[in-house]
Amino acid sequence: MPKLPIYLDYSATTPVDPRVADKMIPYLTEKFGNPASRSHPFGWEAEKAVEEARGEVARLVNADPREIIWTSGATESDNLALKGAAHFLSGKGRHLITVKTEHKAVLDTCRELERQGFQVTYLDVMENGLIDLGRFEQALRPDTTVVSVMMVNNEIGVIQPIAEIGEICRSRGIVFHVDAAQATGKTPIDLQELKVDLMAFSAHKTCGPKGIGALYVRRKPRCRIEPQMHGGGHERGLRSGTLPTHQIVGMGEAFRIAREEMASENEHIRRLRDRLLHGLSDIEAVEVNGDMERRVPHNLNLSFAYVEGESLIMAIKDVAVSSGSACTSASLEPSYVLRALGRSDELAHSSIRFTIGRFTTEEEIDYTVDLLHRRIDKLRELSPLWEMVKEGVDLNTVQWAAH
Amino acid sequence: MFAPTYLDHNATAPLDARVLEAMLPYLRSRFGNPSSRHEYGRHARRAIDAARSQVAAVVGAHPTEVVFTGGGSEANNLFLKGAAACLRPGVVAISAIEHPSVREPARQLAARGWRLREIGVDPLGRVDADAFEQALAGARLVSVMLANNETGVIQHTGALAERARALRVPLHSDAVQALGRIPVDFRALGVSALSLSSHKIGGPQGAGALVLDKRIELAPLIAGGGQERGLRSGTENVAALVGFGLACELAVDALAQEAPRLRELRERIERGLASLGARVFGAGAERLPNTVFFALPGIDGETLVAQLDRAGFACASGSACSSASPEPSHALLAMGVAADVARGALRVSLGRGNDARDVERFLAALADTAARLKGMLAVSA
Amino acid sequence: MAYSDKVLEHYEHPRNVGSFEKSDAQVGTGMVGAPACGDVMKLQIRVGRDGLIEDARFKTYGCGSAIASSSLVTEWVKGKTLDEALTIRNTQIAEELALPPVKIHCSILAEDAVKAAVADYKHKHGMMREAAEEAEG
Repeated sequence: MPKLPIYLDYSATTPVDPRVADKMIPYLTEKFGNPASRSHPFGWEAEKAVEEARGEVARLVNADPREIIWTSGATESDNLALKGAAHFLSGKGRHLITVKTEHKAVLDTCRELERQGFQVTYLDVMENGLIDLGRFEQALRPDTTVVSVMMVNNEIGVIQPIAEIGEICRSRGIVFHVDAAQATGKTPIDLQELKVDLMAFSAHKTCGPKGIGALYVRRKPRCRIEPQMHGGGHERGLRSGTLPTHQIVGMGEAFRIAREEMASENEHIRRLRDRLLHGLSDIEAVEVNGDMERRVPHNLNLSFAYVEGESLIMAIKDVAVSSGSACTSASLEPSYVLRALGRSDELAHSSIRFTIGRFTTEEEIDYTVDLLHRRIDKLRELSPLWEMVKEGVDLNTVQWAAH
Repeated sequence: MFAPTYLDHNATAPLDARVLEAMLPYLRSRFGNPSSRHEYGRHARRAIDAARSQVAAVVGAHPTEVVFTGGGSEANNLFLKGAAACLRPGVVAISAIEHPSVREPARQLAARGWRLREIGVDPLGRVDADAFEQALAGARLVSVMLANNETGVIQHTGALAERARALRVPLHSDAVQALGRIPVDFRALGVSALSLSSHKIGGPQGAGALVLDKRIELAPLIAGGGQERGLRSGTENVAALVGFGLACELAVDALAQEAPRLRELRERIERGLASLGARVFGAGAERLPNTVFFALPGIDGETLVAQLDRAGFACASGSACSSASPEPSHALLAMGVAADVARGALRVSLGRGNDARDVERFLAALADTAARLKGMLAVSA
Repeated sequence: MAYSDKVLEHYEHPRNVGSFEKSDAQVGTGMVGAPACGDVMKLQIRVGRDGLIEDARFKTYGCGSAIASSSLVTEWVKGKTLDEALTIRNTQIAEELALPPVKIHCSILAEDAVKAAVADYKHKHGMMREAAEEAEG
């Protein structure tokens, strides 16, 4: 029997790869210098490690190391990119476009920009979770300065058409920001090919440590942003604050491993995902959320109709999964991503996000499949809705007593 | 391996071995996201709650008054820009010796219609309470650091806070260098906010906190998932926060022994410096027990630091920030020190790993280096 | 969300799960809540010739607290007269299960389900006026 609870929540956060932890520890012990210390070897050693890591991050996405700025994580990167670009270009225009299914780091930043007098268009997605390029083009205005679209959605794993959006933005001189927190190590990213100006990265979604991320800022053509964190002028003035060397080293190593192992790892993960989907496919009234083709193999998001979401999570507590984005799961709000796909509130509530990663085993998948079968059966046995459906009642015709 | 003697603890301090032990599980099996509702997440949440209580306890605050950040610079930025965003633009007053992470955000506020007023210091680097009160006329925000990173000079923050409260101006104090070196008590000081940092006290880099009176309205710098009561979004850096919490506890526990011990070591250095004819900045003021900032007449600080590095001693010529500019310390200039004297400044900041032997060796190396440099000067002259 | 031991116990081992034949004259059925609100409870009572509730069944679509609340009241109503069953208050349920404030609505729903089942039984047995008064009260 596998060790419980089984971790299938890799989109919330990932374990740190042991190779990453091993590489970090010396920078927590004898190599503890402040990379900004210019007067002694402790500082030089730390600075060298920081620059090596920058090179690794750049290499994964085929960028120049000088285009990588360290931040505390993808949330800060998204804030820096959007506020930094919107403010820098505010003389040219004050309209931004993003998507309703973006991460809160983007949506809340856009809300803040709206309070500051910017206008933001929040695009709908199609039923499969992808944006409609035609509608995107229609939303563009002469005063549009920034577009922000995530590469891989954190809840449903779908991959947005970044290359196509990039072409459209570049041809109109619009800055294009991409939140790639969920994309690194899962799908190839080539910033020599993609016409992306800004891209946010996170370490802890890619088997690196928490508390460190990066922002890609294109040099050619040059993308300019206003800094948001001021002080000692670190990171060429774009982001001040002492650089946490050990975390940076960890991110570099995590991205190196991702680059070298992505192809084979994705094969393994796809096989497990297919095994999970196949294993659950004989449960009645189960729907997949999000496009199955344009999707990273790590993610399977399923709706189990006629069982309530919270009791479902409780019933499968031996499997650590998410019923929405980790950042919003403290509240009982149904996932806004699933609602954007047109799912009803109750179906959104009874959806489970399974996310598979580097350390997931076949045994864990099999255990999960078996557990889900047993628990869904039990909950449906308990469900008056399921009983009615089985009796042939159309639930949409029922007059529910308000309370 | 060649290991120089580390005398630059105000730049960053080595991680305490016990802190590393406490952090390691969070870099291995305890990897959950604190926002997740399953056991991995709940464990991480409990770990952060415990760290928050530890940090709150050592500064006499309530855990709900602690907002975790990515470090001291971010805490300073968060207070100044965050509080300013909730106020009508007016005067922001800061002392003339603040860290760049206070000075720069305060300057940035100009773009939003704020006026920056600098509060001068006396020749020993102290903010005068009367000058402070005058500077507060019409001010909406004020920030004066608890202890200076270069000179180690400690402000009479309690007295300043009393004046600020009387005028209803929220006083923020950057306590990054003070924490773990002198007692810091949020309530007793009576300030509205304190900035703290982990890596100056034996904790890891990448963690800090803003301790905040909840009556102060603040807008976040980083929007998103709503972590830290909406004041600082982004997945919490669990391992670093666990380390920060323990480091606070260990540093404050050790304070009663460490402070007199370091003070004694520093006094030994200062006796040696006196015999070399050095000038110690802020010498007559109350200072952090671990810090001495000095200049030897006629010797350039950068050159001296480089020579000492060769001799196996890591110290600093000024604050460790990323600007490689040879500008003299702005704190010294504010104290009225002539620019050519200020250029000679060298900072030694001691920590738990240093002992009397380090100090004796350092003084010998300094005397030797100074003599050689003077000899070179004499030859070239 | 931390559930109390009592909630967990009822959730793991719900009592009286199932259904009676709705059309049975001895049976009163109450269905409350709505799927969109995240809770639907169906509670049934079977009333003996002596006027006492001799058995009860429930099915609940809802969170652990909703399942526990409905499981608990099926136990409580047994052996009671209809009027006694109507005295069950949500506060008693919430107290027994140590429900946190955000889950109080589950106990309210369980109280409502009992009332609805009693009203249905009374309706079937021509106690319509009384039932109507109950509903208004």
